[in-house]
Amino acid sequence: MKNRRMAALAATILAGSLVLTACASESGEDPTTSGTGSSGPTTGIVTVNGNEPQNPLIPTMTNETGGGKIVDQLFAGLVRYDAEGAVHNEVAESIETEDNQTFTITLEDGWTFSDGTPVTAQSFVDAWNYGALLSNAQPNSYFFESIEGFSYDEDSELTGLEVVDESTFTVTLKQPESDFPLRLGYTAFSPLPASAFEDMKAFGENPVGNGPYMLDGEGAWVHNVEAKLVPNPEYKGDRVPQNGGVTVRFYDNEDAAYADLLSGALDIIDNIPASSFATFEQELGDRATNQPAAVIQVLTVPEYLPQFEGEAGNLRRQAISMAINREEITEAIFNGTRTPAKDFTSPTIDGWSDSIPGNEVLTYDAEKAKDLWAQAEAIEPWGDQTLTISSNADSDHQAWIDAVANSIRNVLGIEAEFEPYPQFSEFLDARDNEAITGVFRSGWQADYPALNNFLAPIYFTGAGSNDGGYSSEEFDSLVTQANGAESIEDANALLQQAQEVLFQDLPGIPLWYQNVTGGHADTVENVEFSWNSLPLLYQVTKSE
Amino acid sequence: MLRYVGRRVLQVIPVFLGATLLIYTMVFALPGDPVAALGGERGLPEAVQAQIREQYNLDEPFLVQYLLYLKGIFTFDFGVTFSGRDVFDVIKEAFPVTIRLAFMALAFEAIFGVLLGLIAGLRKGKLFDGTVLVLSTMIIAVPTFVIGFVMQFFIGVKLGWLPTTAGSDPGFMNLLMPAIVLGAVSLAYVLRLTRTSVAENLSADYVRTATAKGLSRGRVVVVHVLRNSLIPVVTFLGADLGALMGGAIVTEGIFNISGVGGLLFRSIQQGESATVVSLTTVLVLVYIVANLIVDLLYAALDPRIRYA
Repeated sequence: MKNRRMAALAATILAGSLVLTACASESGEDPTTSGTGSSGPTTGIVTVNGNEPQNPLIPTMTNETGGGKIVDQLFAGLVRYDAEGAVHNEVAESIETEDNQTFTITLEDGWTFSDGTPVTAQSFVDAWNYGALLSNAQPNSYFFESIEGFSYDEDSELTGLEVVDESTFTVTLKQPESDFPLRLGYTAFSPLPASAFEDMKAFGENPVGNGPYMLDGEGAWVHNVEAKLVPNPEYKGDRVPQNGGVTVRFYDNEDAAYADLLSGALDIIDNIPASSFATFEQELGDRATNQPAAVIQVLTVPEYLPQFEGEAGNLRRQAISMAINREEITEAIFNGTRTPAKDFTSPTIDGWSDSIPGNEVLTYDAEKAKDLWAQAEAIEPWGDQTLTISSNADSDHQAWIDAVANSIRNVLGIEAEFEPYPQFSEFLDARDNEAITGVFRSGWQADYPALNNFLAPIYFTGAGSNDGGYSSEEFDSLVTQANGAESIEDANALLQQAQEVLFQDLPGIPLWYQNVTGGHADTVENVEFSWNSLPLLYQVTKSE
Repeated sequence: MLRYVGRRVLQVIPVFLGATLLIYTMVFALPGDPVAALGGERGLPEAVQAQIREQYNLDEPFLVQYLLYLKGIFTFDFGVTFSGRDVFDVIKEAFPVTIRLAFMALAFEAIFGVLLGLIAGLRKGKLFDGTVLVLSTMIIAVPTFVIGFVMQFFIGVKLGWLPTTAGSDPGFMNLLMPAIVLGAVSLAYVLRLTRTSVAENLSADYVRTATAKGLSRGRVVVVHVLRNSLIPVVTFLGADLGALMGGAIVTEGIFNISGVGGLLFRSIQQGESATVVSLTTVLVLVYIVANLIVDLLYAALDPRIRYA
């Protein structure tokens, strides 16, 4: 009998200690973030969906949307982009150049970080040098690769950066690049206060910036839960917050975010889950957003595949492209949340055109496709090969790839099928080791609103994301010319010619532009989505 | 008794070593290069990838990596995630809400499961029993995410009775719906186990004896029938606690709870061996402790069981 009591007692103690441990750690991480009092009395806190940032909130480390959404609010760069992607000076007073290679940048007076220290030329030069240094292993280091002194082989200073005085510095590039000023609005080019370099790790948890918002004190970033932002009283630019603050709530699952939006627990969502594509415009009415964004999906045709070489290969590329019924697939699979592609860039970008010569290969034409395929067969028979379309399967790709494969199979009468890789990293492995034996999916989201951001990084010989291994002298020379062009208009004209080359060679087959699909609750107003698929948070109004 | 507990606790050591080695091997064997995937569609420059690999010892051979990890553990350094955070902190943040959720689900399934199972067992073959059996079959047959989404939509979105998701600081009300969803399937099992066990024990000799002694029906049912019927139920609940903690991925996703399940899923996807191994090891420990409690409870429930 005694033994039994003890057993029960021991069990209770063990169970109790489990609960106690639970309580202890619970109180240990209680997020004590009381407001700083900077929220206006008539404006409420706007909640928006987000994801846990994958990196510390350091501008040169943030290369994904979860962190990007927050860092974008915390920092102000030399220039900023408006909803249409047009460039306006923000911290910069002027950016001047005569040869597109050396730029003289003058800062506007009076900018300070939220800790009160001034934003100087040195703040930019130090930040850029930090971001570029090899041993710092910053994911965004490639943004600085065109600045003189940049190296992937050893630690080296950006010798192309020179501080002239407190508010002026010059940038010298390795070669002329006319769209360099357009890039400067990307967060990687943000300035950092001197305090950042003392302890970058601590800074990444609780960054001090010069943007419209700042973190609401220590611990405002509750990991995996939310980040609380309040207006930065020191902010001096045009993105003046019209609300009492923004709370970015992290969701692993968009369905949960959408349910929260419907029940009024969330104000803005910028990514409608696929399960609600068919219904969200009906459910939200005029509070729904569905417009093309700076994201394009392409089927890349690797250059190392012999069956796509030469004239026969070129005919096959065209035939496959014309065999894909983009209109029908974007409607049936995506419920109109994708827009059939007309070029290799995106309609949200200045200079976009839907009438580039050669883009008729993007129009579905079964007869023409059969004809082209027959011509290719006459040169070299395809045999009983299966055309594979490769992608990672850990994201929603199966449905549309099956649809594309069906479309090709029905029109051309060849076998076509999805070749899934269970994880994204496996897919990358296969892609980088040229182990993929068919075409593969490539997605591209622009970092800054410029045509060239869709072209040079992907199709220039040897470029970082040229995964298909495409190389064309004609294309390269047009892009190089565009880089040295006098004006953006001239550059864009040259880039459109470069796209004509792409339409002839079809190193990739453009499929569609991904739309930004979002919505907001009736609690907020003035919600507008920007060219980069994100809501312009500063202008959202919400009464308490 | 104490010696028994001590022996069981010592068993943790080989289990710990075996579990970490096994899981570390499995994470290592995962195909794909986690560092390459850090850059997303665009990818990171080769040089940056090499730097990161060096930082995380990913360029070392497997055994060296594992020993470095073990060495870290003994100095209470569980390593860092790819986002540069201490694995220990990450795990510490994920557990409180998971523990709260798991215990709420456990309480829900234990209380209602045993209660309904007892009534059904006592009225075997009657209308109540039949209804409960059909309902529990349905709950087992319907996948958790269906129950989750349906409840979220009707109770959360349409009726607004309970919060749709757990929110930033989940309290009892926030976790009520997730706990019910999470515990629903187990509830069905607990109910069926209790029912069968009660129905069987009702015709046992000692029950007849107890009734013959003139004990009240209530006392016979609670002290003699139910108590002896609980042994299979307690076994199930003990094993279920671990499953509720590590296996709540679906429920956590639906209700946006930043707990252990989701963390484990993300870490496996990103190939973060330090987080996966540490987290799984903690879960293994939870299983061991839960099973120890169950074994000790046997003795409390059944007078014939003794530990020495």
